[in-house]
Amino acid sequence: MSAGNGRELRIVGFLCNWCSYGGADTAGVSRLGQPTDLRIIRLPCTGRMDPLFMFKALLSGADGVLVSGCHPRDCHYSEGNFYARRRLELAKRLLPTLGFDSGRFEYTWVSASEGKRWQQVVTAFTEQIHTLGPGPKFSH
Amino acid sequence: MKYVAELKAKIREKLPELDVVIGWKQGFDPVHASPAFMTTPEEIEQLVVNPLCVQNLATYLPGLKGKKVGIVARECDTRSIGELLQESLIEREELTVFSVKCPGAVDLVKLRQQVGDLGRVRSISFDGPRVTVETPDESSSLDLGELLPGKCRVMAYDEPVLADFRFVDPDQDTVCREEADTDLVALEQMDLDERFAYWRGHLDRCIRCYACRNVCPMCVCQDQCIADTRDPHWLSAETDVRQKWMFQLIHAMHLAGRCTECGECERACPMDIPILTIRRKLNREIHELFGYTSGMDVDAVPPLLTFQPEEKSITEREW
Repeated sequence: MSAGNGRELRIVGFLCNWCSYGGADTAGVSRLGQPTDLRIIRLPCTGRMDPLFMFKALLSGADGVLVSGCHPRDCHYSEGNFYARRRLELAKRLLPTLGFDSGRFEYTWVSASEGKRWQQVVTAFTEQIHTLGPGPKFSH
Repeated sequence: MKYVAELKAKIREKLPELDVVIGWKQGFDPVHASPAFMTTPEEIEQLVVNPLCVQNLATYLPGLKGKKVGIVARECDTRSIGELLQESLIEREELTVFSVKCPGAVDLVKLRQQVGDLGRVRSISFDGPRVTVETPDESSSLDLGELLPGKCRVMAYDEPVLADFRFVDPDQDTVCREEADTDLVALEQMDLDERFAYWRGHLDRCIRCYACRNVCPMCVCQDQCIADTRDPHWLSAETDVRQKWMFQLIHAMHLAGRCTECGECERACPMDIPILTIRRKLNREIHELFGYTSGMDVDAVPPLLTFQPEEKSITEREW
């Protein structure tokens, strides 16, 4: 089920192993319906999330990028998501200057027990990307 | 500049304690100065300081770590030195900074737009804000203010970040000034599609010569640069604009919170791509988010290497 009625778009999700990947699993086990545009890449921690992953994904044809990790103060490694928050906020703020809508990239926090919140995040972000439509084209 | 004789005398005095002193000398033609690596008193005689001395010599410092190095630096160049010291890429005790009052700088692209082919210039001379350029056909008098590189128009430095010896010309005012960042303002007035087309058009001209990276004082990975490695394979050899764009983003993101806006990347670019604009934008955002300006404080903690459990300036999205 795609959020839009038209074709599926391509969204890349970078999820931390300890919280959000578990949260996505909880959502699945609880049979909470989700749009299927998202492809998930599992990271050991959002601290592993190089902002260049996001740029690389957008330049390689992704229409949106979602990063999700443990809530601040709940990081499995204590502080990975604190560093990630600064880096990702900065990268998000650079996007409009390059001609990408900053709504194509979001970062958020979902814990392993928050299956319902995961469903909300994926549904809202997928709808947002469908509103923006396919990413800009590189060929002239 | 009036202080040049005094500067040469001081370098001559200090040279026995130093392995090399980096300055500028006349280059291969009247409009170019080139970096000078002075190890003998004769070489010190070649030293010049004028608005054609555009290179940020701090670029050479990390490669000379372990040697006793003297460097002639303008105020803005000392900001790069400050950043290198902050990152422990160079050692303060190995360094002697001969800080000179900046005589202004000439953007050769702007000079070319004014006088045409630079190969035809027979002589160029400076008298305060006036620049006199002689070609076989004509003699033109130009305003130095009109020839300044973009970086001299958006940030003014009256004093160096650090200096062992300071040389000033009492008659001379600070040339650089703090005006609106016209490139960035123009870009921000475009809509998203126009900005995308702007960068796609500019970056498509990139020839991936990596001059911007090689000249950058903060690009110190050298052979370890991820733009060159096959593992991880960040970039392929394709000539596609996406590869070029990605390369520029690698450079910009690796400079986030570190770039001292010396403008060497843009100056060295043989295709005149306005790549400094991306770095300036990142610096503006870092200043807004974390109140931080790179290179100005040797003891500061870089904003991306620290955090606050509650970030006052970051508003996270509620879903």
